[in-house]
Amino acid sequence: MPLIRNGQPLADPWTMVADDAPLPAGAAIVSLARWLRDRDALLGRNQPIGIVLPPDQAVDELGPDLDRLGVVALEFRSFRDGRAYSQARLLRERYGYTGEIRATGQVLRDQLLFMERCGIDSFVLPNDSAVTAWSEAIREISVWYQPAADRRTWVVAARHGASALDGCAPAG
Amino acid sequence: MYRYDEFDHRLVAERVQQFRGQVGRRLSGELSEEEFRPLRLMNGLYLQLHAYMLRIAIPYGTLSARQLRMLATIARRYDKGYGHFTTRQNLQFNWVKLAEVPDLLADLARVEMHAMQTSGNCIRNVTADHLAGVAADEIEDSRIWAEIIRQWSTLHPEFSFLPRKFKVAVTGSPRDRAAIAVHDIGIRVVRNGAGEVGFAILVGGGQGRTPVIGTWIRDFLPRAELLNYLEAILRVYNLLGRRDNLYKARIKILVNAVGADAFRAMVEAEWATIRGGALALPEAEIARIRAYFAPPAYRALPTVDLASAVRDARDPAFAAWARTNVHPHKVAGYAAVTVSLKPHGGVPGDMTAEQMDALADLAERFSFGEIRATHEQNLVLADVEQAALPDLWRALGAAGLATANAGLLTDIICCPGLDYCNLANARSIPISQRIGQRFDDLARLHDIGPLKIKISGCINACGHHHVGHIGILGVEKHGAEAYQVSLGGSGDENAALGEIVGPSFSADAVVDAVETIVATYVGTRTADETFLDTYRRVGLKPFKEALYAAH
Ligand code: SF4
Repeated sequence: MPLIRNGQPLADPWTMVADDAPLPAGAAIVSLARWLRDRDALLGRNQPIGIVLPPDQAVDELGPDLDRLGVVALEFRSFRDGRAYSQARLLRERYGYTGEIRATGQVLRDQLLFMERCGIDSFVLPNDSAVTAWSEAIREISVWYQPAADRRTWVVAARHGASALDGCAPAG
Repeated sequence: MYRYDEFDHRLVAERVQQFRGQVGRRLSGELSEEEFRPLRLMNGLYLQLHAYMLRIAIPYGTLSARQLRMLATIARRYDKGYGHFTTRQNLQFNWVKLAEVPDLLADLARVEMHAMQTSGNCIRNVTADHLAGVAADEIEDSRIWAEIIRQWSTLHPEFSFLPRKFKVAVTGSPRDRAAIAVHDIGIRVVRNGAGEVGFAILVGGGQGRTPVIGTWIRDFLPRAELLNYLEAILRVYNLLGRRDNLYKARIKILVNAVGADAFRAMVEAEWATIRGGALALPEAEIARIRAYFAPPAYRALPTVDLASAVRDARDPAFAAWARTNVHPHKVAGYAAVTVSLKPHGGVPGDMTAEQMDALADLAERFSFGEIRATHEQNLVLADVEQAALPDLWRALGAAGLATANAGLLTDIICCPGLDYCNLANARSIPISQRIGQRFDDLARLHDIGPLKIKISGCINACGHHHVGHIGILGVEKHGAEAYQVSLGGSGDENAALGEIVGPSFSADAVVDAVETIVATYVGTRTADETFLDTYRRVGLKPFKEALYAAH
């Protein structure tokens, strides 16, 4: 499935590794459970490591290890399940996480903009046509009434000082 | 009232374009109905029994004459010439065509209106006191805060896929005309010991199949922190609310499961991490929004004692109307007027395009061009000179809008029920029509006094039956429509849930049951007691005995 990051399609440098599979060479994404179990061994490989954070796990679980993680993959098990939006904002805004936050699962065109605003910067999309749709979807709305994890200026700030809508352009 | 600035205009225009694209993808077959469903619901578009229904947001119920005229135009152009005011201060068009909805929304945008977030699992249209700005007991106009919340909640990136829908109501007065206790979040403007204005916050109220009166979790919130605090509540709910069972997904279930104290602690902990942060409201923004709700240019008029003026009115029909449909106003010489959308035998909340046009004219002539929708499915002209009341009454009468029944038995709240809604067990509109016909005698209605009947076609409780003095709930019994009756509910500052009287009634018997309940009350009341007073004094028993005596 195609991956885009910061608006650009790219070959996925990461391999998703099942809990019972051996670790491949190079960058690997493992489950939170495997990370919690084999943390030291995984760090000892000196290879990039990422984890999948399930929607029912608190972001605090990752706590002090966050800066060692190259990617945190969030799960949209259904497009209706909005927990990952909060997880993404907490990762960016509370914990200052600067690595990749990846949306996996049911990632729909019409939700990309919300995901992106919450700080998700890479998206596993269902097919190639979704990649074109991404660049359209991300430009559909340019006015935002609330600050979030992206750099867009919110309307209240724009009304009272910030240089008009400068920051309201999409980051991607 | 609030007017859009360039940002508000741009957002709504972009949203219309976005939805036009979504509809286009549906019509071309690129999107299946299943994929399209959540997109249309985000924009208030339902598929009902017979057609698409579009629910339009009337933020906190305030409309300008120009907006009401546009709604009339839309009713003619895209629907069957009428619209339906709901129990959440919204307006529904029941017969729209999918391909035309984008044009309809573009027409709406021209008068600064939209249909965003009138459905879906997001923060819904915010409701407020319909007498905001004119009630004498008010601390501050609740619409200022409702507008601030409306903007913050619009296209909120984090809270557009909540476990379930989420309703917020605001009142600016100790008297609660916005039923805040049965909302996911209820906000009351309060003043603290130091004289500062802030908010008391209540969470976890709701109706539906598990009715709950909300719990206060904060006595005083500084006003700059309003949005930060709401964000904290919503974040806790978004992360922890149940998603495995549709019927257990509202915030009231979460609050109940973890306990109010634990819930409060989680919210306070979350708030502590964002307090004073980017979402803190600048004074300049509060002042900007407040300025839109500044009082209109009232004339200096002599004080008139409304009650004695009504008593002295020569025309008894006018006097009857004035007694129930005219309300005190904080400014001398003015009054607020309820425009009843409950003609006896009519559909509660329905209004024809002609009536909308007529009322828009009257609002301009008599009430500074502004109209309010109430959660009781009526409209209000909030700023009428008392001396003009007889003229207004005659003009309303000519438009079929002067039924003298505000707050009385036939001022029924009623959901669409099985005539439109695919979730219904039973019809609700015909029941309200038959009650209206049965109690058509105005003198008798006025003698019975304040009595709120609320009817829902199913347990989802859109007709607020749990908080009706008499609540009527459509159920299915042996494949036939039947009605369960409850008594003693109330949605005001003394909120209470009704108690079920006993086995349900058939469609034929339920109007007689109302008759029996009323007769029992009239036979039991002391001098000045209202129905609710009597019920609270004597309890369910005498009513139950009277209702089931023959069985
Ligand atoms: S209460 Fe039930 S029948 Fe009535 S509108 Fe709501 S869902 Fe439909």
